[in-house]
Amino acid sequence: MSEAASRRAIEAIWRVESARLLGGLVRLVRDVQLAEDLAQEALLVALERWPRTGIPDNPGAWLMSTARNRAIDQLRMARMRDRNHGELAADAAGWKPVPPDLETTLDEDVGDDLLRLVLAACHPVLSSEARVALTLRLLGGLSTEEIARAFLVPEATIAQRIVRAKRTLAEARVPFEVPRGEALSARLPSVLEVVYLVFNEGYAATRGDEWIRSELCQDALRLGRVLAGLVSGESEIHGLVALMELQASRLRSRVGPAGEPVRLQDQDRSRWDQLLVRRGLASLDRAEALARPLGPYALQAEIAACHARARTAGETDWTRIVALYDALVELTGSPVVELNRAVAVSMAFGPAQALAQVDALNDEPALRRYHLLPTVRGDLLEKLGWREEAGIEFERAAALAQNTRERALLLARARACGRPVGRDQTAS
Amino acid sequence: MRVMVMIKATKDSEAGAPPTAEALAQMNRFNDELLRAGVLLAGDGLKPTSHGKLVRFSGGKKTVIDGPFTETKEFIAGYELWEVKSMDEALEWIRRFPDPTPGGESVIEVRPLYDMATDGYGSAVTPEDRARIEREKNQKS
Repeated sequence: MSEAASRRAIEAIWRVESARLLGGLVRLVRDVQLAEDLAQEALLVALERWPRTGIPDNPGAWLMSTARNRAIDQLRMARMRDRNHGELAADAAGWKPVPPDLETTLDEDVGDDLLRLVLAACHPVLSSEARVALTLRLLGGLSTEEIARAFLVPEATIAQRIVRAKRTLAEARVPFEVPRGEALSARLPSVLEVVYLVFNEGYAATRGDEWIRSELCQDALRLGRVLAGLVSGESEIHGLVALMELQASRLRSRVGPAGEPVRLQDQDRSRWDQLLVRRGLASLDRAEALARPLGPYALQAEIAACHARARTAGETDWTRIVALYDALVELTGSPVVELNRAVAVSMAFGPAQALAQVDALNDEPALRRYHLLPTVRGDLLEKLGWREEAGIEFERAAALAQNTRERALLLARARACGRPVGRDQTAS
Repeated sequence: MRVMVMIKATKDSEAGAPPTAEALAQMNRFNDELLRAGVLLAGDGLKPTSHGKLVRFSGGKKTVIDGPFTETKEFIAGYELWEVKSMDEALEWIRRFPDPTPGGESVIEVRPLYDMATDGYGSAVTPEDRARIEREKNQKS
């Protein structure tokens, strides 16, 4: 095997093994930074050795035992240091290191190891940005460079975010035990939020020149599918997976030939990915079997399922969608959800009724810089025949939109309403 | 990226011989691992080609040919659809695939699927794609 080929093979092994490896190491050493250092060192040994010796039969176990041996060496050294300095220092700090049971078999419970890792990466002491970066790195096996590229920020920013996050976890003395029952359910929302943030950044990129970035959607879906296996008794994880599968089923019809966004009602439904639709509906069934009433993700998945089931836009059951949004508003109190409900109301009961609901949201601080508020308002005004006012709203929305493709579309709509706006200079 | 993993037919699979309990357990373990890794999307085993038909299209005529088919290696005995990061990752998983014919010979073929989100549209659009897209559009309107 050539040098380059074995390097690529080792990268692939890393992709497959890294989460499990890190999970096992975190159980052992109770520190994310140290676990990652150990894993990286083991990987370096592999990169040096495997091109010569060939890849071992069980590369995951090889990496794990190499990393574990390093861990034992380091702990021995640390213990010797402690003996020399006396153990008083550690006691005085009110913290007594518990010597981990290094002889525990490695395949003890891989599921618990992964769950421990994901709960640490998504710990509430971390900002959501930090959680996203750390989760993609630890669970998704993405490199810092890949994460930076995905979120269109400099690599140094992501690297620093990850380092800080690991330090925060260490300083907060985050315990690494795996909670059960209700304690586990309580930790889940922060995990699901991270996964859905990643998905959404791929599904409707808030920044940049591309409207969708399907790689990110795939990363999020994969994380979601992994989680669904880890906490299979939780309704909401299945709700989230259902939501992502159903939304991802529309990815390929969401972008037009020139890269422009295509709205739901204009999409070619024959291009929707039926495999993902079926998977989404199956996940939704699981979510429903586990919970009544449904949680916010399962409710959103229900809404997505209404679209998936409608063979043409005209067959959409908008009355049912409004009812689902009512439940979602009740549950979340989110103004963004209220805005979405207004869209559904317009489809079910007409634009006039919807406009009254949108106008009630005008003073919402959370929506002040949200480009979809004027977008929806413009849409409703246009339907009511008030083109001049609609054009002003589309122009306002364009000024707020961060994604160039979306901005171009909004400016085009403003022009179509007779606004004297030029073409967007920033869009190619 | 999505890949299709095709397990090629062998003399054993063509004979319809049921897998041993051990082989079945190994396969289940492997599929469970794929599932837990979020890789496995779908998959199934196929009955021998003696249950199959070939339909040949030629010069506007269709001819049905009954199985079994002799070119065993040309046909598949099972397939799985995987979602992976790269062909390298797919190969890494296939390296762990339980040997379909222990002690004998068998072939697994892996092929990436077209991804309409990136291959059909977007930056990678070819002039032919563009022409096809325009055609489709005109047909619809």
